[in-house]
Amino acid sequence: MGKTLYEKVWDAHVVKQGDDGSCLIYIDRHIMHEVTSPQAFEGLKLAGRKVWRTSSVIATPDHNVPTTERSKGIDDEISALQVSTLVDNCADHGIPFFSLEDRRQGIVHVIGPEQGATLPGTTIVCGDSHTSTHGAFGALAFGIGTSDVEHVMATQCMLMKKSRNMLVRVEGTPAAGVTAKDIVLHVIGVIGTAGGSGHTIEFAGSAIRGLSMEGRMTVCNMAIEAGARAGMIAVDETTINYLKGRPYAPAGADWDAAVVSWRGLHSDPDAVFDRVVEINASTIEPQVSWGTSPEMVLPVSGRIPDPAAERDPGWREAMERALTYMGLEPNTPIGDIAIDKVFIGSCTNSRIEDLRAAARVVEGRRVAANVSLAMVVPGSGLVKAQAEQEGLDRIFLAAGFEWREPGCSMCLGMNNDRLAAGERCASTSNRNFEGRQGAGGRTHLVSPQMAAAAAVSGHFVDARSLA
Amino acid sequence: MEKFAVLNGLVAPLDRENVDTDAIIPKQFLKSIHRTGFGAFCFDEWRYLDRGYIGIDPASRKLNPDFELNRARYQGASILLARKNFGCGSSREHAPWALEQYGIRAIIAPSFADIFFNNCFKSGLLPIMLPEQVIGQLFAEVEANEGYRLTVDLEQQAVTTPSGETIPFKVDPFRRHRLLNGLDDIGETLLEADAIAAFEKVHLARSPWLDYRPAD
Repeated sequence: MGKTLYEKVWDAHVVKQGDDGSCLIYIDRHIMHEVTSPQAFEGLKLAGRKVWRTSSVIATPDHNVPTTERSKGIDDEISALQVSTLVDNCADHGIPFFSLEDRRQGIVHVIGPEQGATLPGTTIVCGDSHTSTHGAFGALAFGIGTSDVEHVMATQCMLMKKSRNMLVRVEGTPAAGVTAKDIVLHVIGVIGTAGGSGHTIEFAGSAIRGLSMEGRMTVCNMAIEAGARAGMIAVDETTINYLKGRPYAPAGADWDAAVVSWRGLHSDPDAVFDRVVEINASTIEPQVSWGTSPEMVLPVSGRIPDPAAERDPGWREAMERALTYMGLEPNTPIGDIAIDKVFIGSCTNSRIEDLRAAARVVEGRRVAANVSLAMVVPGSGLVKAQAEQEGLDRIFLAAGFEWREPGCSMCLGMNNDRLAAGERCASTSNRNFEGRQGAGGRTHLVSPQMAAAAAVSGHFVDARSLA
Repeated sequence: MEKFAVLNGLVAPLDRENVDTDAIIPKQFLKSIHRTGFGAFCFDEWRYLDRGYIGIDPASRKLNPDFELNRARYQGASILLARKNFGCGSSREHAPWALEQYGIRAIIAPSFADIFFNNCFKSGLLPIMLPEQVIGQLFAEVEANEGYRLTVDLEQQAVTTPSGETIPFKVDPFRRHRLLNGLDDIGETLLEADAIAAFEKVHLARSPWLDYRPAD
């Protein structure tokens, strides 16, 4: 019987299989940031343990850093301590580290691929749930908690149980202006936020193959929003072309050998999946989330649903609660919803392609008068530099956007980039949970084009109408 | 890690689906570099009317009277009864830390998010999955009976109700074994250090670029 892509990568990393269903899985790459690592380093120190293989780790601060001018350091003392703790820990253990001043600093899930540290067929962990992003390269990548950060540092392994296999096949050609973000939001709307629980999702089909690596990362990034700890996409020429020449990627004869092995990283034709979901890409419209869970999502042409028409009591209650929190009335057209702020950034949508797409919509227009803040936060220093070289910063600034330094920023609002209570935001991030972007803040998840269109219109609008 | 054997505790209900880790412990508390001190901020945005931050005086806080866990009858609860997909969202282990430091030792729900579920065991917190229908019945019993307690026996893998009804549950053997004995995961894995080193040698010889460290 053939193997799925997930099974191929899993099987190549089994150090030991227990007779109780547990497996010891070797971890190739460990990406680290300031928020979920300090307690892990402290644990290592208390037990007198060392980092097993420092070459497996790359570290950078991203979650808790200012995105405004920061050459003089971080004002907030608690945040400054967390960042300096990472600096010290990396220095103590000899871990490669990209400091705030380094152009390579950025969101962990942007810089891993950018550096070529995310490679096909590898196992990748990070103390962050959006580690699923790296699965776009045919890697098995998943988020872990701090105890496992410590465990991987000390043992280079994870103790875990194999998950089930799920295939999400997206066939057909998406309409022009329909992005990877719209595809994945639509998928989550179909299967639900727990739809992928206990599974690794492989995204396949012609619509996925047609995506750039940036688009594939956006899709895998949100696998966790569908409940799946890991999302994966088979390796093809797009993957290989993206990686060639990147600093951590193999070079010379190693490159040739690697490419040969990577070409086998796809599910076999006779591989068996526990669950298969078929999605038709040609019918997907630009998406806008309306509630407090990523599964509460609608096409931009839609209207806010009416809980009164819902038969499932649990879901009806969740809808009512979400609408109250979001300050929305049933049957309101999505296009009638005015916004206060716009956030273009996050590990979902802060790569160069995202910024280009948003800039195309913004060019020659102005941020609407009712929008108090529209900000662009590039995913890394290198993305920022590239965008500036292409003149994207000037387009955003001329339109009235703020152009910031890289970091996680308003996706989770650990720094000063937050929504105030009641403020409504068009956001290219990944979670619309209550309070996610600031206590009482109201998040609508959209693509970069849709966020840009909302910024210049003051309300949601089909970005394609501004093309 | 503390051993988990038999727990007899007061049950508190949290009757909403998809309770996410942002709700369990909001982002501002993740700035801490410590492993403790999160209990006072568990469910902070639901639990209090004012906005919490690290260093706030707990005595100054305004409790939200509408939040179910604030009701007098649920004070001191060590078992949380919850709805499906509990713990969805981020990988922050601060979520189980906050629950455990708030006083919760076991969570009973129809389903849990994968990363949260895994993190619970690392914090000595036992997540128990029971069928949705049984959960519905437990919610009704908790509501109807003040002081409702359950007994959770991990060894026997059974929850016992006050009326003596026994509800079986299942936990992966390797997780159960470690939690029952309060074993240190890392210490256990390092017993396999030779096997790991042997695997690594072959693995890195096959893909030497995995050990590659580019010059700055």
